[in-house]
Amino acid sequence: MNKPIDPIELNTNVGNVDGNIEIANISRRAFIKNMALTGFVLAAGFPSLTKADEIAPPTEKGKYGADGMPNGWVDNPLIFVAIAADGMVTIVCHRSEMGQGVRTSLPMVVADELEADWKQVRVEQAPGNEPRYGNQDTDGSRSMRHFFLPMRRVGAAARTMLESAAAAKWKVPVQDVRAEQHHVLHPATGRKLGYGELAKAAAKLPVPASETLRLKNPADFRYIGKGKTALYDGKDMVTGQAQYGIDIHLKDMLYAVIARPPVFGGKVLNYDAKEALKVKGVISVIELKGSPMPANFNPLGGIAVIASNTWAAIQGRKALKIEWDKGPNGTYDSVTYKTELEAAARKPGKVVRSNGDVDTALQGAAKRVEAEYYIPHLAQAPMEPPAATARIVKGKCEIWSCTQAPQVSRESVAKWLKLAEDDVTIHVTLLGGGFGRKSKPDYVVEAALLSQAMKGKPVKVTWTREDDLQHSYFHTVSIERLEAGLDAQGKAIAWLHRTVAPSISSTFGPDSKHQTPSELGMGAINVPYTIANLRIENPEAEAHTRIGWFRSVYNIPHAFAIQSFVTELAVAAGRDPKDFLLDLIGPPRRINPDTLGDAWNYGESPDLYPVDTGRLRGVIEAAAKESGWGRTLPKGHGLGIAAHYSFVTYVAVVVEVSVDESGKLRIPRIDVAVDCGPQVNPERIRSQIEGACIMGVSLATLGEISFKDGAVMQDNFHNYQLTRMDDAPYEIRVHLLPPTDFNTPLGGVGEPGLPPIAPALCNAIFAATGQRIRQLPIMDQLRKD
Amino acid sequence: MTTLNINGKSHKIDLPTDTPLLWALRDYVGLTGTKFGCGMSLCGACTIHLDGQPVRSCVTPVSAAVGKVIVTIEAIGQDAIGKKIQEAWLALGVPQCGYCQSGQIMAATALLKQKPEPTDADIDTAMSGNICRCGTYPRIRSAIKQAAGIKEIKP
Ligand code: FES
Ligand code: FES
Repeated sequence: MNKPIDPIELNTNVGNVDGNIEIANISRRAFIKNMALTGFVLAAGFPSLTKADEIAPPTEKGKYGADGMPNGWVDNPLIFVAIAADGMVTIVCHRSEMGQGVRTSLPMVVADELEADWKQVRVEQAPGNEPRYGNQDTDGSRSMRHFFLPMRRVGAAARTMLESAAAAKWKVPVQDVRAEQHHVLHPATGRKLGYGELAKAAAKLPVPASETLRLKNPADFRYIGKGKTALYDGKDMVTGQAQYGIDIHLKDMLYAVIARPPVFGGKVLNYDAKEALKVKGVISVIELKGSPMPANFNPLGGIAVIASNTWAAIQGRKALKIEWDKGPNGTYDSVTYKTELEAAARKPGKVVRSNGDVDTALQGAAKRVEAEYYIPHLAQAPMEPPAATARIVKGKCEIWSCTQAPQVSRESVAKWLKLAEDDVTIHVTLLGGGFGRKSKPDYVVEAALLSQAMKGKPVKVTWTREDDLQHSYFHTVSIERLEAGLDAQGKAIAWLHRTVAPSISSTFGPDSKHQTPSELGMGAINVPYTIANLRIENPEAEAHTRIGWFRSVYNIPHAFAIQSFVTELAVAAGRDPKDFLLDLIGPPRRINPDTLGDAWNYGESPDLYPVDTGRLRGVIEAAAKESGWGRTLPKGHGLGIAAHYSFVTYVAVVVEVSVDESGKLRIPRIDVAVDCGPQVNPERIRSQIEGACIMGVSLATLGEISFKDGAVMQDNFHNYQLTRMDDAPYEIRVHLLPPTDFNTPLGGVGEPGLPPIAPALCNAIFAATGQRIRQLPIMDQLRKD
Repeated sequence: MTTLNINGKSHKIDLPTDTPLLWALRDYVGLTGTKFGCGMSLCGACTIHLDGQPVRSCVTPVSAAVGKVIVTIEAIGQDAIGKKIQEAWLALGVPQCGYCQSGQIMAATALLKQKPEPTDADIDTAMSGNICRCGTYPRIRSAIKQAAGIKEIKP
């Protein structure tokens, strides 16, 4: 058995550093640890902070943006801010940190409006509770886009309350006082009170109404837009102190791994645990019932091995003898399936957008070009595989997990354990990457069920890499078929796109075999091109595994096909690909996405967020200029361009490649231009875009999950490879388009960098070699033997 | 009972000696800074120093560490080079999710101990065993150079 673990000592060896990041916070690692183990501890100051019943109901919700999300937004400062008598300001972050920097950026917004000194701010992670905090689904590149304004109001309201408290104390009009860096000042008399001194009185004041709040003039921002604020969790991350879901340790905790049905929809026929139970450290073997399809967020079932440490559980699992019933997907085979997708793409399918008369225009075209593009399934493969710890004490279940979906986790656990939601607490740890995988809490439910089976004892479920790669909610698999006609001048006059890919909706209900409006709205139907005759079709594709969200989702196949095809057309027309792309886009105009057949538009208002071809042109021109598009290149080098609108952000990229005589591909440089509207934390925007470039290269060159006899053929990083240092782009130059005008609505950041990478890369390979890649991954397609 | 020297302290470990060090550190000693990523020596997340050499703790049994000096991410800041690496990592904002960074820092520290002024090729060789799914490689490269005091010359 394990011995109890002593608390880990805080490593304080990392001193202040010089560099491009200047404003460092005090490390609060010890506090995070306490929170993870004992729950939500809050300092005095705003005593009502912990009482959920005092939430003011948010006012007037519309249907777009955060308003359109489950549980919308909350901007009550009593929910998000606490100030202790010593002045320490606690700001609650209600979105999950998975590498995008949200635990720095959102609290930084509050702190700026609050005029708090960042050095006296600590961040508290909210548990899953959307009625209290507003929507917590950390996906869709939404955190800053949806919560920038609510968090500004939180900060401004708290600041106003502090100012009012000071004015009352001094008996002066509130207009005569001013908050500045953790103090309220009365300039006329030079008096000054610290936030800690004012907190108690301020907390007793009514929360000012949203419409009365005075938001800061952006010119006065201290942190917002500066990109100088150090990562809140950075020091913990580089000293091994950061706590991820997989790191949770509770007293008397048990460790579990699960053998799940190799084929989705399969189940256990029978099993023999005798040998497993002989493994030193193995305590118990438990069968988990599977769930009927559709997959939903349900656990897959299987045989769980419970042990005194993870390794013993893994060894125990190896010793299990299990006979599986494969179920209805037992013949799923990626090679066969690809031919089915191709066949579907070569026949007419459901028309989802139609302008003009494509067939006649194609017949009359001087030149016709057609191409088919394939992208296989992909696994998100976050470096931290899914993990969750659960315990049940007196009918109350407590969970610690790396989840992008804290509220959905809460609802799922409540449903499976037949508990009231109030009796389920979800503590959100740091996520070692998410990329959409951790939006699905099947693993959280597993931990809850195993704790229940072990009479409420704490149980940590760890997914091994094999589990992660074989039982993900995979990125779809797709054939995109494009056909276009050019007139005698090389102008595109007809465009026919058939997009064939199983839909994520199959994971949640009967398989309609068609992409949903939002999936089609990810770059397939909403192409803003000036082609008079244009038709988009969506033939049927049936799902045979759990299909889920993968960073940027259906934008990946749509952008790969369309942006590859645009360069193919340019070549056919004898034109420069950048000029050809700009001509297709046409003059700057603001297009209502509805008129492009896209009523979804990432859930944003078509008035606030039109498809702005001027901005799309802007990023293309910037990427071209910064990359030196058209420059003379060494032998074997080539430049490729691609641009894509997604998550209401505009991105264009120019990739430079070199391919040597043996076919070895290198990427010396990527120039990527981004117009995401106002830039709240430009430093983290850059890091997200850099990461998206590398993930795009990774999926383009190496990414493939394939099925045979219903099961995934890849099981670890030797056969599901990810880009490593030696093959990564050497230099990534991120060009954020100016200016940062905070009146423009914000765009998303986490995902939109990804879609244009693969096509720009393949266009560059074509420029360098004349070889056109239409099937991903590239793998050894370039190799010359 | 096996005795291991971890971060300058001696620890008694009551686990089968074929247990990988990774799980002994994480589940038994409670040093969770060393991460699990693959369990097959493919990702580098579990990198520790054994007698100063970077090793993958997921495939190094407890028995192989007896009598040797184990240093993990939790103590690498006590080393002058390790501290420089951590500082450079923070200054350049290297981490995204941070999960791979323990292993990256252990690998980078070992590199600079062997080659105080590594070339790009040295960096590729030393670091390509460490996967970062978030894609922090360009910043890792720059941070290693910054820690080594190398002026960055872009080709
Ligand atoms: S966990 Fe050891 S190398 Fe991946
Ligand atoms: S920072 Fe997330 S895996 Fe490297």
